Amino acid sequence: MLISESDLSAIWLTLRLATTVTLLLLLIGTPLALWLANTRSRLKGPLSALITLPLVLPPTVLGFYLLLFMGPNGPLGQLTTSLGLGTLAFTFWGLVIASLLYSLPFVVQPIQNAFAAQGTHPAEVAATLRASPWNTFWHVRLPLAKPGIVTATVLGFAHTVGEFGVVLMIGGNIPGETRVVSVQIYDHVEALEYAQAHWLSAAMVIFSFSVLLALYLVQQRRQTSAQAVVGLRYEP
Amino acid sequence: MLKACLIQLVNAPRRASVIRIPCKFLALWCVVAASIVRADEITIAVAANFATPMEAICQRFEQDTGHKVHLAVGSSGKFFAQIEHGAPFQAFFSADQAKPAQLERNGLTVPNSRFTYARGRLVLWSAAPEAVDATGNALKRGTYHKLAIANPKLAPYGAAAVETLKNLGLESSARKHLVQGENIAQTFQFVASGNAELGLVALSQVMRNGEIGSGSAWLVPETLYSPILQDAVILVPGRNSAALASFWEFVQSKPAQRIIESYGYASPHSAAQAR
Repeated sequence: MLISESDLSAIWLTLRLATTVTLLLLLIGTPLALWLANTRSRLKGPLSALITLPLVLPPTVLGFYLLLFMGPNGPLGQLTTSLGLGTLAFTFWGLVIASLLYSLPFVVQPIQNAFAAQGTHPAEVAATLRASPWNTFWHVRLPLAKPGIVTATVLGFAHTVGEFGVVLMIGGNIPGETRVVSVQIYDHVEALEYAQAHWLSAAMVIFSFSVLLALYLVQQRRQTSAQAVVGLRYEP
Repeated sequence: MLKACLIQLVNAPRRASVIRIPCKFLALWCVVAASIVRADEITIAVAANFATPMEAICQRFEQDTGHKVHLAVGSSGKFFAQIEHGAPFQAFFSADQAKPAQLERNGLTVPNSRFTYARGRLVLWSAAPEAVDATGNALKRGTYHKLAIANPKLAPYGAAAVETLKNLGLESSARKHLVQGENIAQTFQFVASGNAELGLVALSQVMRNGEIGSGSAWLVPETLYSPILQDAVILVPGRNSAALASFWEFVQSKPAQRIIESYGYASPHSAAQAR
């Protein structure tokens, strides 16, 4: 058996982490994206830059600062300790927080683009029909932004599955708690266990390819159907 | 193809400029390789735990001879794989004995160049002063939350840490408190940042000028773990380098040994006895 028990535990942990992070990111990212798409606030620029930062920064920078931040002398570490939670490094929830930061741009940007592409028109029409802003959001803006949300979900999930540098820096390699698939592969390679590394790596490649392929196929279908709708409406 | 090209360049560095290689990337590689093998410059791969003493040794060597030493610092496992695949290092200071010996068996080294340059010491360390007493009770009491060790599968210091816990009868009680760094440098970082209260790290990481630099430490008795012997070897790309030959002489000399010992390593002569 080339996929060992510890490999399976790493796969299960990775899926659990990615699911938790994706759900939380959709909860945080959607309002954030909506605000960014609509606002003319001066904060928009700095905030957008801040959200995009993890895309550009090496994961080691993020991991290093998180380690200092979460430590007993860091602000977050002091907060969690005073709340009786202990420090977050080397825990599952520590990884969740790190992944939230790390995958944030992959979730916010597609949703923000989807909201921005709607323009103000649909919301204004809804308002003339006496829909409350809350109703407009749930029944007009959110359904219209669905393609962006699907993209965000897939990218957020896949990016968290592929996360490595940050986890390596703050995880501590604890089986069932912080040893995710990418770290497990790294361990196999470093220990010169190339056969096991191959199995897990191939699984990762196939998974990532399938996810992206599915995403593009769905988008393609949506585009053609959207064109058909547009065609029906505007071509006499 | 790349390997063959590199070896050719190593053998005749002066011809490097007239060899025509169609691929731009290969050409660039060869230029890099050719500059590395210039007579007065040497490139050495060094295990992370030995980086600081090695820098001090090289500084002294460069002052004395005018040669230039380039150091690549990293994990021994990674260097091993890179050397197997033709990396142009001229010498390799490993964190263990197994990897240089394996490279020797694979014919990638210069025969009879292998020697033990240092014997590593394991230390129980905390960034907090007075957290660790001189008898190691901090470990035996078991009141800590996290104990950082290096990954025992990858790092010799990690294997020594696990052996120590086993010999103290603490292996099962410590297991749920263990966090692992990928190498000894990361393990040290976990403890230095306070995220782990205790760590079993290399003495060389906490020792400066012959004493413990900061925090508190317990020097683990060498009876509790097998000796951490570290071997160095000259690799095939370094076989004709006069600069490397004189470096090899220097690193085994008394002044270099004194530098190594000042960073908390035992000398290879006593290491030879331990073996």
